[in-house]
Amino acid sequence: MTAAVPAPAALQLTDVHKSFGATKIIRGVSLAIPKGERHAIIGPNGAGKSTLFNLISGRFAPTRGSIRLNGEEIGGIPPYRISRRGLARSFQVTNIFPRLTVYENIRCSALWALGHGYNFWRSVDRLRDAGERADAILARIRMTARRDTPAGVLTYAEQRALEIGITIAGSAQVILLDEPTAGMSRSETQATVELIRTVSQDKTLVIVEHDMGVVFDLADRISVLVYGEIIATDAPDRVRGNAAVQAAYLGALADA
Amino acid sequence: MSIRERARSAGAQITQGRNTRSAPGRPVSADAGAVRTYRSWIAAGVLLLVLPHVPGLDSSFGRSMLSQMGIAAVFALSYNLLLGQTGLLSFGHAVYFGLGAYAAIHLMRAINGGLPLPMPLVPLAGAAGGLAVGLVFGAVTTRRAGVVFALISLGVGELVFAAMRMLQGFSGGEEGITANRGRGPHVFGLDFASQLQVYYLIAFWTLVAAALMHFFMRTPVGRMCNAVRDNPERAEFVGYSAQRVRFTAFAVAAAFAGLAGGLHAVNYEIVAAEAVGAARSGTVLLMVYIGGVSNFVGAILGAVTITWLQVSLSDYTAAWQLYLGIFFMAIVLFAPGGLAGLVLMHAPILRTAAFRGLLRAYGIALFPALLMLAGAVMLLEINYRLSTQPEAGTRITLLRVAMDAATPWPWLAAALMLVAGFLAFRRAWPGVAAAWQRATEQAAAGGVP
Amino acid sequence: MLELVTFSLLNGVVYGLLLFMLSSGLTLIWSMMGVLNFAHASMFMLGAYFSYQLGLAIGFWPALVIAPLLVGAVGAAVERFGLRHVHRQGHVGEILFTFGLAYLIAEVVIMVWGRNPIENRVPAAIDFPAFALFGTSYPFYKVLMMAISVGMFVFLWLAFKRTRIGLVIQAELTHPQMVSALGHDVPRVFVLVFAVGSALAAMAGVIGGFALLTEPNMAAALGPIVFVVVVVGGLGSIPGALVASMLIGIVQTFAVALDYSLLDLLRPLGVSMARSSPLYELCSIKVAQAAPILPYLLLVLMLILRPKGLMGTRET
Repeated sequence: MTAAVPAPAALQLTDVHKSFGATKIIRGVSLAIPKGERHAIIGPNGAGKSTLFNLISGRFAPTRGSIRLNGEEIGGIPPYRISRRGLARSFQVTNIFPRLTVYENIRCSALWALGHGYNFWRSVDRLRDAGERADAILARIRMTARRDTPAGVLTYAEQRALEIGITIAGSAQVILLDEPTAGMSRSETQATVELIRTVSQDKTLVIVEHDMGVVFDLADRISVLVYGEIIATDAPDRVRGNAAVQAAYLGALADA
Repeated sequence: MSIRERARSAGAQITQGRNTRSAPGRPVSADAGAVRTYRSWIAAGVLLLVLPHVPGLDSSFGRSMLSQMGIAAVFALSYNLLLGQTGLLSFGHAVYFGLGAYAAIHLMRAINGGLPLPMPLVPLAGAAGGLAVGLVFGAVTTRRAGVVFALISLGVGELVFAAMRMLQGFSGGEEGITANRGRGPHVFGLDFASQLQVYYLIAFWTLVAAALMHFFMRTPVGRMCNAVRDNPERAEFVGYSAQRVRFTAFAVAAAFAGLAGGLHAVNYEIVAAEAVGAARSGTVLLMVYIGGVSNFVGAILGAVTITWLQVSLSDYTAAWQLYLGIFFMAIVLFAPGGLAGLVLMHAPILRTAAFRGLLRAYGIALFPALLMLAGAVMLLEINYRLSTQPEAGTRITLLRVAMDAATPWPWLAAALMLVAGFLAFRRAWPGVAAAWQRATEQAAAGGVP
Repeated sequence: MLELVTFSLLNGVVYGLLLFMLSSGLTLIWSMMGVLNFAHASMFMLGAYFSYQLGLAIGFWPALVIAPLLVGAVGAAVERFGLRHVHRQGHVGEILFTFGLAYLIAEVVIMVWGRNPIENRVPAAIDFPAFALFGTSYPFYKVLMMAISVGMFVFLWLAFKRTRIGLVIQAELTHPQMVSALGHDVPRVFVLVFAVGSALAAMAGVIGGFALLTEPNMAAALGPIVFVVVVVGGLGSIPGALVASMLIGIVQTFAVALDYSLLDLLRPLGVSMARSSPLYELCSIKVAQAAPILPYLLLVLMLILRPKGLMGTRET
């Protein structure tokens, strides 16, 4: 089903299993996502999409199986180490720094990638690259006007935009977005899709979404996750026509 | 500053919870700001220079109190770094203060014995001692956060306190170890015999410590301390090990607590086991919380206020610790942002027209509040006097008014004041709430010039 | 030797059961509400003082019943009018509230009863020997203490396993959020839990006030040890609290009786140490002197190695 990839895939999952106690959530997922691809993961509620993201980004360790980032094993490694290897993720439930300003949120997210580490001898205001990166991203997510607002008082849509901003602030080459347009209006969704399109320009993007319009707009390939197993991985049109997928969704795709 | 920048700054001040700022006078444009921030520090330096000569404070007693405030301020700022900035609640921070103090006093004894080191450098030994212990304990205890960390800190505190009482040779047990700050090489003719010289030494180190801690919060790792406090999980997902950040904050806080301990050793010339005790850990927690957690100026404010209460209030009433407890509870219940929070709360509405109305509402509520307070204080004082000094009989003098507690009159008077004051206060409070409502509306609508 | 061991064991069991009476209430409050109740030992102290005052007026046995009820009412009031407003500040706010409350209660006790220990003598009603062992008599009030603690454990066990509210509380001990999501009136249960926890502590205080010195500092002296018990025993576990209490009670009682130091242990092996050597002081500390730190050593080790505690079901 998946084509052979010459260079190590950006993200390679091989027979990944995850159980919580006796409950099996992920039952043997294998997936290879080549560099630069925009890959969407869809599936009914409870299929395990967020768990899969949690496994890849290091929140949980897989019970069995291997997860490779650019050829290197990352299964079971703590999140901060995975982040340093160039993988970033956003969260379905907004996960920002509420008491820091919008600007600070983004600047803090760029610090490690810019190499500042545990520096305690230079004022962060004097680090030009951090400031410039933060301002650039602020402009991209169109939040420059709310620069000095504490993130905790932002509206829901603004927080979702900030969520994406934090995710792209480092120089991650592989970006995971977990339902980025959840709860958004039509126009907000369209703006977000454009944003996602531009920021994932030369990057590998993996996106979990329920909004089929977004999925078919953005994705190069789609994987369908049902009860912890992938039942199809293919180009959008072929997935749309896949009988098993249609059965799993009971016609949801037909309306998209 | 252009009108647009001014408006942006004013707008930011209205919508921004100012407790998130860690610096007094945080600049809008980097240029004007740098000057303004330096200006604050220069002003602080001048203030410290002038204070011991202000009438009222220019006695040995006043200067001693100022010295104590300096020590408390450094200790409180170090605790603020731990709790307010990094979110680590510790019940045993006095361990680093006390062990730093012990390191310093042993160095002082060595200097007394002939070691050619000038006394002004002794506080650095305190910092080194605090840092060393902080690195050891921190490596193990910062693996957890939250409630587990708080309990570990409690256990470590009790452990070290008990150990200090046991190891008499090192700590002198309950009686402590002494040294002489005057016996050593006298640099620039400073012999530290007078409290004024001691004050200036403490003031110097206080300013240096405050500036360094303030700067630390502006560095990358300092900013990540705030991030880890707000959302440790997300901090991990942007590349930082939350444990490593906490460990760094812990070590820095321990070092500055040790510095405060070193100042303590120089000031009192004696260090005893209570320096690592739970009471001292509790006091710094009170100071920081009352002043305003996670607020730089708040920590200093809390330190100054509590020190003043400890030094002055204890002269007027034996029940001062009771009042301190009530004060703390009131802050926890009604003003969790502390004194600094209460002050900053007024910043956005300061320039609105409705502000004057608010002041008037405060004025109307003030008299009943004072009456209520007077009644309560009277009851507490009478009770306190009767229980703790039964041999003094029942005749009591409060504020030069003599009364006999065996008769019902003082009790009735106090109860009357309390009840009447409370009822009147209840009537006046809605007026205050309404004035606040008006002022907030005006501020939000842009009533700021 | 046997006499020493027997009496140490007996006293250790009594002390352990006293700790259990205190820690069962704290486990209840902490597991269900997530509140680290620093004022728990203060309720213990109030129990001792209230029973003393009531005992003067109406005799020991009525005081034994009424004092805990009064303190339970105090606990209910504290939760209803004070703690309830602090819940939204999160666990840090709650801890600070109870911390300040402990401080305040100690000061109020000073205000009402003075700074000195009060003459809380064992009342004549229970001041007689229960039995004699090796020629020394063992006081009845200590036996009463054991009986009350065991009774408390049985009561809690029955209440949990046999009543409906017990079932709810059992569930809340391990899954607090789920239970509130199921619609149980959480604020009301909170008041009940805090009241019962405080009453249990007070009952311990009524008896414990005779065994220990009744003075304003008794809460601060016993408080930290109770935390150790709850942490070592494990969150959400009453049996764990029992095991940990007995462990700490017996170990500490035995330790206090041991007049040996590390040096004493090594001397028969031919090891000796000069007085001037820096380690001499450390190695010549007698176990009896070091006894106070043993619980805290255990606490720190447990938190580092196994924060769930011995029998705990969850970490926080």
